[in-house]
Amino acid sequence: MSNVAIRVEGIGKRYRLGAARPRFPTLRDALVSTTQKAARTLTSPIRSLRERIPLETFWALRDVSFEVAEGEVVGIIGGNGAGKSTLLKILSRITTPTEGRAEIHGRVGSLLEVGTGFHPELTGRENIFLNGAILGMTRQEIALKFDEIVAFAEVERFIDTPVKHYSSGMYLRLAFAVAAHLEPEILIVDEVLAVGDASFQKKCLGKMGDVARQGRTVLFVSHNMDAVQRLCSRAMMLERGRVVVEGPTASVVSRYLSRDLGKAAPTTPVSLSDVRRVGSGEVRFQTVCYSSGDEAVGLQAHPGGPLEFTLLVESDADRHVESMAVSICTRNGTLLVNADSLELGQAVPLSKGPNVVVIRIAALHLNPGSYSVGLWAGDALATTLDYIEEAFELEVVPVQSQGFGVTPGVEATVPCDFAVESRGSLQSAPVNIVAD
Amino acid sequence: MHPPVTIIEPREGWPAPDLRELWSYRELLFFLVWRDVKVRYKQTALGASWAIIQPFFTMVVFSLFFGKLAGVPSDDLPYPIFSYAALVPWTFFAQGLTQSSNSLVASQNLIKKVYFPRLAIPTATVLAGVVDFVLAFVVLLGMMAFYGIVPTAQVVWLPALLLLALVTSLGVGLWFSALNVMYRDVAYVVPFVVQLWLFATPIAYPSSMLPEPWRTLYGLNPMAGVVEGFRWTLLGTETAPEPMLAVSALAAVAILVGGAFYFRRMERSFADEV
Repeated sequence: MSNVAIRVEGIGKRYRLGAARPRFPTLRDALVSTTQKAARTLTSPIRSLRERIPLETFWALRDVSFEVAEGEVVGIIGGNGAGKSTLLKILSRITTPTEGRAEIHGRVGSLLEVGTGFHPELTGRENIFLNGAILGMTRQEIALKFDEIVAFAEVERFIDTPVKHYSSGMYLRLAFAVAAHLEPEILIVDEVLAVGDASFQKKCLGKMGDVARQGRTVLFVSHNMDAVQRLCSRAMMLERGRVVVEGPTASVVSRYLSRDLGKAAPTTPVSLSDVRRVGSGEVRFQTVCYSSGDEAVGLQAHPGGPLEFTLLVESDADRHVESMAVSICTRNGTLLVNADSLELGQAVPLSKGPNVVVIRIAALHLNPGSYSVGLWAGDALATTLDYIEEAFELEVVPVQSQGFGVTPGVEATVPCDFAVESRGSLQSAPVNIVAD
Repeated sequence: MHPPVTIIEPREGWPAPDLRELWSYRELLFFLVWRDVKVRYKQTALGASWAIIQPFFTMVVFSLFFGKLAGVPSDDLPYPIFSYAALVPWTFFAQGLTQSSNSLVASQNLIKKVYFPRLAIPTATVLAGVVDFVLAFVVLLGMMAFYGIVPTAQVVWLPALLLLALVTSLGVGLWFSALNVMYRDVAYVVPFVVQLWLFATPIAYPSSMLPEPWRTLYGLNPMAGVVEGFRWTLLGTETAPEPMLAVSALAAVAILVGGAFYFRRMERSFADEV
């Protein structure tokens, strides 16, 4: 009988809505409202009591209860805004819950981001110590694992160079390497595996697998269903702040994949005012619509065809956006296509106010199916102006093939140009078998 | 063996500052101080000499305008050393206050992503200023040698006076840093407060200009006690400021304790509001 590592009982978190009051109320507002409140309390004590109840609130998390046994690896999945990150923040003690109670047995290490607290002016060596300390390692532990961390990150030659001179790949590798060598009893991980190139991602996933096998308790949030399925024995799906399914990973993942995302029809602008986004907000995507321009398929996206995204982008000033991109992911969260202006070396000029930007893909190498489309605006240093991971769902439709009227039973994601040619029978060529 | 158990619950009211927890994070505190010291003068042409330039040139300006032109009295000491001995602890205080007020906002990505006692952030910022203080203090010793001034036996009190400046700086810094999370007005208020406070502290003039009991009451500004204390221990000013220092110490502790409780109360919303 294994012991309980994490016990969560009826946890809820209420946020006041941003629209109800300005983001940074000024001191003056506070003084005025306090004075008014005091005056009102004097004149009518009952009404002032009632006014203390905040009106515009929403529950990011409500009534969440579960238990995780020692040594279990549990995946938490759910769409954007389902409350996954809020849950992890509460369990990492970054923010306090509004109601409920949680008990954690053991030393907790949480990784909500890699490279937290890295300072650009400090060298790789110095940052390993600083970041390690921030993540909760002792100086001794860091010194002991120092060589291992450096080797894992593959930055031996640059260890005494300030990290501001690192390439972004090196930076992320070093950041992940420190995090990967954290050895608490309970590890809380939020989507940090999506760093670096494919081979490094594989290495990270391998390292996570090791951590799981060492009998540590892990709570793992990811959009990458492959990773969740590979690492976790049990999973939990959140929706609108509540746990909707809990059980063996495979069944929870299939439930997640079958959930209904808003599918958008071609040329119909999708409003982006309610979607989950991150970024400074200096630039905001307002609406997006797409079209293949191909009347024969009703302007739908189709394999091998062109695809044009028309973005309505609001900017708070005249600027050049170095990196604006449309990305297309599988429902599993695997990134397939990333059409990024950065790759063309071509900044997108925006004027203050609304702008229209068109991103055109000449040939879409995707097979029929559902994909999710994301939008990104940022600069070359990956500062996020606006990022929407799932703007809408794109349906790629099949076009009438010239073949037998049926498509192959097995469907791949990426089509390719291919030819099949018969070079004739080996038998038909004269073959002489000479016997003795 | 029983692993440590953490209980996570809603927090309300005015919890007491958790000093034991802060102590258990002392290594992190050390690294934060170390980072601030290392980074402070990176990519500046003059580097750490800034720690000396600021009080030194303020002293030059004060000596010219207050000492020479206005003829402000200086307790029978040469005006330059009279004002510099006050400017050294003052600069430590003002820098600590300014930087700690901004510290939480400047570390918002840490606050949103990692848990540790938030008190460590402003504390580390103020502590990092001690290095600057030492540099400016060496120049003070040089000036004392130049004027042939030998410190009195009271010099043993000097660390306590530095602690008093630190407590005041951190105390006010805690109030401002927590307020700054909610109200960014603080960024505009702080330079203004520091400027007014400079003139409300006997730096350009001696507190001996005031008669008793007003002089003792002047100690309600803890920096008045610190500054007069520095002159008393190092330069041997004859106006013994003991009663004033006692008032200053009480005032500083009151500010710090109040600040720590206010900080602790606001702490729970830092990650959501910053």
